[in-house]
Order: sequence, then C-alpha cells, then structure tokens
Amino acid sequence: MDMPREEVRKLSFEEYSHAKHLEHASRQAHERNYQDFLIVDVDSHHYENESYKEVFQYIESPVIRRAALESSKRPGRSSMMNSQVGYQDVGGRITRRTLRKYHKESGDQHRDVTMTLEWMDAMGVDYACLFPTPMLFLGLHPQVEVEVAMCQAYNRWLCERILAVEPRLISMLYLPFNDPEASHRIVKEFGGKKGVTGFMVTSPRYKPVHDNAYVKTYALLEEMGQPIAFHAAYNWNDQSLSMTNRFISVHALGFMWFNMIHMTNWVINGLPERFPKLKVIWIESGLTWAYSLMQRLDHSYMMRTSDCPSLRRKPSEYMREMYYSSQPMEKPDDLSILEATFKMIKAETQLVWSSDYPHWDFDLPSAIYDLPFLNEKAKRNILGGNAARLFGLDTKVMKKMP
Amino acid sequence: MAEWFVAKASDMSDGDRRIVGAGPHEIGVFCTGGTYHAYSNYCLHSGGPACEGLLINQVVDIIAPDRTYQGQTFSDELHFVCPWHGYEYDMKTGECVGDRRLKLRKFDVVRRGDDIYVVA
Repeated sequence: MDMPREEVRKLSFEEYSHAKHLEHASRQAHERNYQDFLIVDVDSHHYENESYKEVFQYIESPVIRRAALESSKRPGRSSMMNSQVGYQDVGGRITRRTLRKYHKESGDQHRDVTMTLEWMDAMGVDYACLFPTPMLFLGLHPQVEVEVAMCQAYNRWLCERILAVEPRLISMLYLPFNDPEASHRIVKEFGGKKGVTGFMVTSPRYKPVHDNAYVKTYALLEEMGQPIAFHAAYNWNDQSLSMTNRFISVHALGFMWFNMIHMTNWVINGLPERFPKLKVIWIESGLTWAYSLMQRLDHSYMMRTSDCPSLRRKPSEYMREMYYSSQPMEKPDDLSILEATFKMIKAETQLVWSSDYPHWDFDLPSAIYDLPFLNEKAKRNILGGNAARLFGLDTKVMKKMP
Repeated sequence: MAEWFVAKASDMSDGDRRIVGAGPHEIGVFCTGGTYHAYSNYCLHSGGPACEGLLINQVVDIIAPDRTYQGQTFSDELHFVCPWHGYEYDMKTGECVGDRRLKLRKFDVVRRGDDIYVVA
C-alpha cells in the first residue's frame, strides 16, 4: 500500500468490493508482514442462499427438489427453508451484506470463489474454511428429511463447484445430525474428498451428542482422522432464549448456550475416553464460555464423580485437549483476564484463529497478532500453525496480498 | 501542521463527506448541519474505516415518568457508524458512543473563500 498519500475521495454507496471495504485490513497485513505468516481462517462464510438454484438441483428426491425449486421462485414467503429472526446488520449500520449486490465479478470463476479469495487476500489469509450462513439454522427444520436432502445437496454442490476448483478453500461439511444414519452415510461419502477437512454439526438443535446412535459416526471420524466441529448459532424460539427481547441478547447467550450443552454432554458422558483420538473443535462461541465451564464442571465433578464414572480426569483436562476457534474473541479492558483465558484453554496449541467474515462481528488476524502477551511462536501457531496441523494443510504461504 | 484541501464548499451539501489522505493521516470530513467535522478514519475498535459508514441518529429508549418502557425512537444526536462492526461515534465530539472515554482524533477544518481545508 502507498502510505503516506494525498488524495480526496468521495464515497459511493453504489459500488462495492471486499478489497476496497477491507483496505485498512490490507494495510494492517502489510504493516505486520503477514506475507511471512501462514494464516488459516477456521470459520468463514458464504451466502449459499444466493446459489440455492444451483444447490437445489443436487437434491436427490424429485419431490423435495421440486418443492425447493418452486419455493425459490417466491423468495420471502412460502419458503421450504427455515430461518430465524435476526437483524445481524444492526438495522443497516453494517453495510457489506447489503452492498455486496454491487460487487462486480470478473472471469468465469464461481462468484463465491471470486469474492472469498478477494477478502482472503485483502486480510492476508492463506486458507479459509468455508461454512454456510442460513443453513446454520437447518438443524431446527421441522422436517428431518429436508435437513438430510439439503445437507447432501449442499455438500455435493460445495465439493464440486467450490472446493474442487480452488485449493485455498476448505470446509468441514454439514452433518445432518437429526438423522444419525444419514450422518454416518455423509461421512462415508464425503470423507477424503478434495478440500474436506472434517465435518460440522450446527449447534442449535435438540439431539444430545451422547446418544448411542452417533457412536458409529464418531468411531468412523476417529478412524478417518477427520475432526468434528460444533458451529454455534442461536435459536430465538428456544424456550429460555425466547425471553430475550434484543438481538444483542440472543446472540450473546445463544452462541454460547448450545455449545455449552453439547460440551457438557460430550465430557460428562465420557466421549473423550471412548474416542480419545477424535479431534473436536468448538466454533464461534468466543472463549469465555470455555473458561467458565471448565471451572464450573471441575468444581462439581470432585463432589459427584459417580455422575460421570467414565471420566479419569477432571473435565477441564479433556476440554483442554479440544480445539477452539477464536472469534468472536472477547477483549476485556484488563488484558490479564484474556491472558488467563488463553492459559486455561492452552491457546498456544489449541486455539485456532477465525474471522467469521463476512458476518457482522468478524475478527481480523490482528486480533491475535497485536496481543502483547503472545510471543512470536504462539502467534504463528494460533494464526495458522495449529489449524495446519489439525487439517493436514501444506504450510506454504498461498496468499496474494494486494 | 499543514492545510489539506478537502473540497469546494459549494460541492459539499448537507450530509456529504470526503475522505482525505493527508500525509500519514486518513481523515473523514463531514458537512452536517451547516458545519464541518473532521475525524481520523481509523476506528478505535479494529482499525476499520470509521467515517465511511451510515449517518444515523442516536436510538433512545422511551421511559415514562412511572419508569415503564414505552418503546424506542431517534434523538437529535447524529452518529456516524463504522461499517465494519457498527461502532457508533457522536458527530459533534467524535466520542465512541458505547464508551465516551474513547474519542477519535479530531482535526480542525478551515474555510478560505469557497475552499475547505483540514489541518493535519
């Protein structure tokens, strides 16, 4: 970037590019020499609903396929897909979701590939693990067969149209967790495909992770060396969360709530003892929930070991062997609190940086890079090294910073 | 300190703004309510383009004398919003609305004839 500079710019709200939107992020990338850093984004997103017409074509069932295609002709009503109330753009104050309609693509690559690579290069990211957006709520769909059909269609579309053509894009594929047998089939079908680095359960749902029905899927994942991730989101219709009246509230609680339940069930039912080599990742709940839950469970465990006889160690010791994505990283004014959180989760080896871009509360790599209590090795691990080891990625820097 | 040309006053109507590269600084210059305000274009949160987002009035809760909640409305206080994450700043002061101890760096604006300059 050219700094200093002398120019006067008008603003146009009828043009948009991620590169322009993230110009300040690009400056940070140059100032911090990210060209010399492997940076892996473990949680980023695309808007798969913009490609629903393509995705729906991959639905196997002719009946569900027709219903989906017909419903897509009437956006906004009578949709086959479920959704959630949620004004994530803060009433239009965060503009990129709205302005992306002005983004101009060049070349013949899929729009999702073009746009994703653009923001990755602007931020200094080498690999991005891509997740869907509206489908984060698909686990709440009243029709399990629709979840299964959409999951299979989306995964096939993603593998063929996106992951197969761009080596810097990877994903942990959607598991239709409400159907344990289908989940097992999905792992068998897609495990090992190009760009597939694991499987992802969307957390807002009401099936306990310790159900015996999932055991063979966990065993298969462990055998294949594929991680399982739990990606947080909220359900404003949840009986407790429905008492909140603002998005800030349901977001702050909801994105921790489901992962706290799944984590508690995962540990207390001894799944880490039964699947000691299965790598588990907790995504987009921030970090404070883990810090809190470790202490909470340890405290009760010492008095109630008979409730969880499979455990041979304190709950926190199992939790410290799992992986955590960093965003949205809570940053208290007193950084010693954050430092203690990093120590608690063994961040140097277990924390993996994530942006959540382009969603409203994204983090830049500088969220980690600028922390004064991290040494160079820890920064490199958290920004990319830990994820590269977790996913088996080539550690060669791939980005092309503008 | 130097004076950096922003625009002809006649070219900036109410609600207009310019982003001025002024040496090491990047400055947002707003024309609102017949006056000019100039602030650093680097958001105090994570360095986003603080001056390049929406202009919108402050949202306030309507609390009745009996302390019951009666809805929300906009006040007269104008904010500009960082488009990266929604950090809001008070147009008159540059204070971060969520924590008014935090302020964007403010720059002086001078008018010479029809020419507007920012001092940086």
